[in-house]
Amino acid sequence: MASFNPTLRHQVIAVYKELLFLGREYPLGYEYYRTRLRKAFASQKDVTDEAQIKKGIERAQFVKKEIEALYYLKRYRALRQRYDKI
Amino acid sequence: MSGLRILVPVKRVIDYAVKPRVNRAQTAVETANVKHSMNPFDELSIEEAIRLRERKVPVQEIVAFSAGPTKSQDILRTAMAMGADRSIHVVVEDKDPQLEPLGVAKLLKKVVEEQKSDLVILGKQSIDDDASQTGQMLAGLLGWPQATQASKVEIADKTVTVVKEVDGGVETVKADLPMVITTDLRLNEPRYASLPNIMKAKKKPMEKKTLKDYGLDEQPRLKTVKVTEPPPRKGGVKVDSVDSMISKLKELGAL
Repeated sequence: MASFNPTLRHQVIAVYKELLFLGREYPLGYEYYRTRLRKAFASQKDVTDEAQIKKGIERAQFVKKEIEALYYLKRYRALRQRYDKI
Repeated sequence: MSGLRILVPVKRVIDYAVKPRVNRAQTAVETANVKHSMNPFDELSIEEAIRLRERKVPVQEIVAFSAGPTKSQDILRTAMAMGADRSIHVVVEDKDPQLEPLGVAKLLKKVVEEQKSDLVILGKQSIDDDASQTGQMLAGLLGWPQATQASKVEIADKTVTVVKEVDGGVETVKADLPMVITTDLRLNEPRYASLPNIMKAKKKPMEKKTLKDYGLDEQPRLKTVKVTEPPPRKGGVKVDSVDSMISKLKELGAL
């Protein structure tokens, strides 16, 4: 597999792993999450332009933040419902 | 001022998203093969300790502490991945007599004295026992001021200002260090322990201790008589007119 830029390649793999790790707690289940994540990454496999790849990594980072926020909100709401109802 | 030494006790509890099941003997909640995680209120306290440091309040050290079975180490790793510097684990296996809030408070007192902590940030309650006693008892045992249900914490020099959530509003209290703070839900937004940080946290030191190291041998004082699930919700009734609604309400004694 000819890699164009090893640092970018590394970054892509790292962000994929981080996203996979996040998926362990996904409300709809890990399998649901994993297949979709895989598809999303696979759909971009033909991208060769460096700027495009960088954009893709940024998007992945954004999604990561969104998922973290989703988990936080889900827990916050659950706790608020349990403990804050007056 | 040489910098704060913060102690953050955390508890491993059944995950908030899991519906707890009572065991067949009705003595406790089933904990085997159930997903566990850090008590959400304790996450808030870890986060607050880290944020104090990020706000340039001189923080010398953040120590996470947990008492529980071996698996509590995972929780401590999460705490260290979030930003605690090191951790102490007191092993209390599931088969041993379980600690009660008073026992935990006594244990924490010893830890505070050993670690020379001057600020203890606890979750206001754990989501499994919901006792909401440990922080208060610890403050009592230490003779320190306490601020419970904190929604904002500010430290200037040696004075701590805490905004507390109370019924129908907020209350602002001010006290000098050392101090005990318990956290409420709106204090902050805990960060997510990311994979690289969890890997890095594996290198942070974790001390393993037993109750005997602290000269404690807690026998339970409380006796659990019975644990039952709440009664299932009864279905509602549909009414077809205002009159029937009124008669129904009268029947139920609401009018």
